[in-house]
Amino acid sequence: MDTNDLIRTLAADNETHERSVGHLLLAALVLAVPVSTLMFLAGLGVRPDVMTAMRNPLFDLKFIVTMALAAIAIVVSLHLSRPEASLGRWAWLLAVPFGLLGIGMVGEMTMMPHRAPMPVRIIGSNSRLCLVAIPLLSLPLLAAALFALRRGAPSRPAVAGAFAGLLSAGLAATLYAAHCTDDSPMFVATWYSLAAVIVAAIGAFAGSRVLKF
Amino acid sequence: MRGREDEWTDLMRSANAGDNAAYHRLLKGVTPVLRAGARRGLARAGQPVDQSEDIVQDILLAVHLKRHTWDPNAPFAPWLFAIARNKLIDALRRRGRRVFVNIDDFSETLADAPAEETLPASEVTAHLNGLPQRQRDVLQSIAVDSASIKETAAKLSMTEGAVRVALHRGLTGLASKLRKE
Repeated sequence: MDTNDLIRTLAADNETHERSVGHLLLAALVLAVPVSTLMFLAGLGVRPDVMTAMRNPLFDLKFIVTMALAAIAIVVSLHLSRPEASLGRWAWLLAVPFGLLGIGMVGEMTMMPHRAPMPVRIIGSNSRLCLVAIPLLSLPLLAAALFALRRGAPSRPAVAGAFAGLLSAGLAATLYAAHCTDDSPMFVATWYSLAAVIVAAIGAFAGSRVLKF
Repeated sequence: MRGREDEWTDLMRSANAGDNAAYHRLLKGVTPVLRAGARRGLARAGQPVDQSEDIVQDILLAVHLKRHTWDPNAPFAPWLFAIARNKLIDALRRRGRRVFVNIDDFSETLADAPAEETLPASEVTAHLNGLPQRQRDVLQSIAVDSASIKETAAKLSMTEGAVRVALHRGLTGLASKLRKE
């Protein structure tokens, strides 16, 4: 097949259009979120004192932070699915969830004089569960995100995969936060972040394999 | 130069709106530029430039199958050259070369309009045989025997819709075989 034949053939296929990566990612997550939610309800469940907890702004902050991470990672991974895109300043968006945590830390220090000492707040009582549960809950989401992003054309598949990991970690952490009784921003900044880094690493590794176009 | 890039952007917009002739013209127009860029990259890596046509076909397939990632509000050329660069780097890596591909290998060739010339390419043709029967028949008919979709449908006693599906799957299959090479 010479190149002119190929060009003619491609032109004949012009009417078949692929859906946009964004639509596909949305559809994939709509299918995967219930899977992770069922895993969460079956394995962990919402913490028993959730009604009281909801009156604690630090409990609410956890959801704001994890959902902000998920939203930012969705936006960045869609950006990176275009071949001419580079990460550049987009990476700075990741400062948003950390900034929110920083505000929470200041709030905890000033508004809650009777808080536990810092090492206790950092270590908490769920750190090991957090490191296991968030990556496990994020696996169906990560698989769905990578499946959708395969429609894209990222020039740096590992970086795009890492952001797919972050978006699934953000969503998984949103579920996990409803179970976890550690509400201190110190705990979240330490253990949730570490869990997200683990998932990002898995995503980067998988992405370097499956996101090449 | 600016004019040519704008023309590409307009053609791609028309192509997305369903204008097959515009799409054909666009692919025809970018090919000499891609060919010159591929040769430049091969030469820089100390590789024989007569392999450029395989790279050109690989790029064209990727452009076709990934064109939904082009933002219609952005110029077409940077998107095109990003795809081309990726494919050139892959091709050189497959040949065991760790080379830095100059960012401008493709965009620089815009300046000196290269001559139209088609060299033999073997990779796409070789992978054609690895496709499922039906896809191979459809591609054979359209690509090699120059039949239209309508003629192909009549010849293979398929519906036009089925021909379109087989054609698209066949092209997707070819691209993934090239990638796995």
